[in-house]
Amino acid sequence: MRGKIGFFKWFIGFFLLFLYGPAILLPVFAFNASSIVSFPLSGFTTEWFSVLLTNGTLHVAARNSLLIAVTTAIFSTLLAVLAARASTRFSFFGRRSIMGFVMLPMVLPEIIIGVSLLVVIIQMGFELSLWSITMGHILICTPFCIAILSSAFMNLDKSLEEASFDLGQTRWNTFWLVIFPLVMPGIVASLLIAFTISLDEFIIAFFLAGTEPTLPVYIWGQLRFPAKLPGLMALGTVLLLVSIGLLLIADFFRRRGIRKTGIENTGGFL
Amino acid sequence: MTQPIIRLSGLDKFYGEFQALSQIDLDIQTGEFFSLLGPSGCGKTTLLRAIAGFETLSSGSLHIDGVSMEGVPANKRPTNMVFQSYAIFPHMSVAENIAYGLKARKLPKAEIKASVAEAINMVGLEGFDDRASHALSGGQRQRVALARALVLKPRVLLLDEPLSALDKKLREQMQSELRRLQRAVGITFVLVTHDQEEALTMSDRIAVMFDGKIEQVASPQILYGKPSTRKVAAFIGMMNFLDAKVLTTSGDNLEVEVQSLGKLTLPLEQATGGLDGCNSVGVRPEMLTILMGSQTSEREIEAEVTEVYYYGDMTYYDVKLPAKEDPITVTMRNTAGREVLEVGAKARVGWSTSSLLLLK
Ligand SMILES: Nc1ncnc2c1ncn2[C@@H]1O[C@H](COP(=O)(O)OP(=O)(O)OP(=O)(O)O)[C@@H](O)[C@H]1O
Ligand SMILES: [Mg+2]
Repeated sequence: MRGKIGFFKWFIGFFLLFLYGPAILLPVFAFNASSIVSFPLSGFTTEWFSVLLTNGTLHVAARNSLLIAVTTAIFSTLLAVLAARASTRFSFFGRRSIMGFVMLPMVLPEIIIGVSLLVVIIQMGFELSLWSITMGHILICTPFCIAILSSAFMNLDKSLEEASFDLGQTRWNTFWLVIFPLVMPGIVASLLIAFTISLDEFIIAFFLAGTEPTLPVYIWGQLRFPAKLPGLMALGTVLLLVSIGLLLIADFFRRRGIRKTGIENTGGFL
Repeated sequence: MTQPIIRLSGLDKFYGEFQALSQIDLDIQTGEFFSLLGPSGCGKTTLLRAIAGFETLSSGSLHIDGVSMEGVPANKRPTNMVFQSYAIFPHMSVAENIAYGLKARKLPKAEIKASVAEAINMVGLEGFDDRASHALSGGQRQRVALARALVLKPRVLLLDEPLSALDKKLREQMQSELRRLQRAVGITFVLVTHDQEEALTMSDRIAVMFDGKIEQVASPQILYGKPSTRKVAAFIGMMNFLDAKVLTTSGDNLEVEVQSLGKLTLPLEQATGGLDGCNSVGVRPEMLTILMGSQTSEREIEAEVTEVYYYGDMTYYDVKLPAKEDPITVTMRNTAGREVLEVGAKARVGWSTSSLLLLK
C-alpha cells in the first residue's frame, strides 16, 4: 500500500516537472543578464523587459493579436450560444449530422484549414488581412465554445424556462432573466477559451497574415536572431502571467456560478 | 349547475404514433379541489400540461372560464403551475422568486412588495425573504413554488405531483396544508398524483385515468365505495374479487351465481357500473369479518387462514375459501380481547350481501 502511494507521488512529481519545467525556464532566462540563453546564469537584469517596452513592431503584433482574439472570442461565443441552444432544446431534421459537421474543425488539422482558407480567400479576390485571420480563428474556436456551452445549456432544467413562461413572462425575457444568468459561467468560460486559443494560434495566422503579423507569427520571425532570444523569453514570461491570470478569472466565475446555483462543486482548475 | 371553470371535450393527444390521451371529456367546477389519479405513464402529466398550455392538443377542445384556449400560449392563460421539480429559479432569492410573475405584469413596486409579503405569510415563510433559494429544504422550496403561483391569483392552480419529493411525515403535513390553503384562497386546484391515499384525503372529486383514458370521475367516497369498474376498484384501496355470473334480472333485483358464495339476490344498484359485461363480484377486506366464538353475521363461510400480517393496530389475513384457488384478504382491527389467528387455523368469515359490488 505504502509502496504504491510512493510510486504515485514520484509519478505525479515527474509528470508536473515534465509539464511545467520548460515554462519555468522562461522567467529564469528572462531575468538572466546574458544574451546567450544557457546555464550557468550570469546575473539579474530587467533589461529584456525594457526592450519589450520600446519595440514598436512587437506592439503592433500584440495589438493585432489582441484585436483578433477579442473579436474571435465574441463571435465564436455568439455563434456557439445559438448552436448550443438549438441543439439542446429543439429537435429538428438532421440535428445530429449538422452538429457533427459543426464540430469537425476541432479535429481537422489546422494546416489543412489554413491552406484551404488561403485558397478560398485568394480565389475570391479578397486581400489577406486581420479579418481573414479572424475568420479562420472563429472557425476553429467555435467548436470548442459549442462543447462548453452545450453542457451549460444541457444542465439547465427545462422546467425553469416553462415556469418563467407560465408565470406570464415572454420567451425573450425568459431568455434574459432566467437562461442567460444560469449559463453565464459557461459563456465566460467560452469567451476565455476562444480568446486563449486565438491568442497563441500560429499556423492559420501564418498562412492568412498579409502584411500584419500576430504575436506568434512575430515571435517565430524573431527566432532567426539569437540576440533577440532573451527578449522573447521576457515576452514569454509576460504571456505566461497573462494566461495564469485568465485561468484564475475563469475559475472565479465558475465558482461564483456554482455558489449562486448551489450545484455540487466538482472539477475545475484550482 | 354553473359554468365549469375547465371544460375538456373530445381531447386527444398523440406523440407521433403513440396516443397519450384519448377522448378526454371532463368538467372541473369552480373552487373544486380536483385530482387526476392513475398509474405511472397513464397521461396525467400530459393532461395537466395540456391545460397549462405546454402541450398542443391533437384534437378536441379546452375551455377555461368559457373561453377557448386554442392558440392561447401558456403565459396568457389564467392558470399557474407548481412543477414536480418546483422549478425555483436558483439565482434568485425567495422574495425575488415570488415577485417574478408580478414583475412580468409590470405592477408598481409597492404593490409587488405588499403582495409578496402577503404570499410569504400565507405559506408560512416569514423571515425567509432574502434566503438564497438553493439554501432551502424540500418543504420550503415547495412553499416558495406555491406562493409564487398563488400570488398571481390564477383562476386555476395546476400541481404536478407536488408532494412526491417529500418524506412521509412532511408529505402528510403538506397535504393538510394544501387543503387548508385551497379553502382559504378559494382557487380551483387541479392536482396530479399517483398516490391514491393522497387523492382520497385531499380532493373534492377525482378522475381515475388508465392508458390515456378517464375511467371514472367521482367523489372520494363514491370512488372507494362504489367504483364503476374492476380496474378502478383494484387501483383504489384493496378489493377481493370473486367470479360471478348474472342469472336473471327481475325488476330491481338480480339473481347472481357467485364463486364460493353460491346463488344470491342483489339489488340492481350494486352493479355500480351497469349490468353490461359484469363478471365479478368485489368486496373490500374490511367489509369481511373473522367471527370469534359465538359471534354471528348475516352470512358466513368456512375458510382456512393461509397467511397472517400483523400491523399492530390491524391484522391482515389471507384466507382460502372453498372452490376458489387464490386466497382473499380480510382485515381486522385488533380490538380488546380479539385474538390473532395462526396460519392453518380454521376461520369463519362473516359477510353480507350489501357489501358486494357487481363489476365488469
Ligand atoms: N414528449 C413526449 N414524447 C413522446 N411520448 C411522450 C412524451 N411525453 C410523454 N410521453 C408518453 O406519454 C405517456 C404519458 O406520459 P405522462 O408523463 O403524462 O404520464 P404520467 O401519468 O404523468 O406518469 P408519471 O406518473 O410517471 O409521471 C407516457 O407513456 C410517456 O412515455
Ligand atoms: Mg407525471
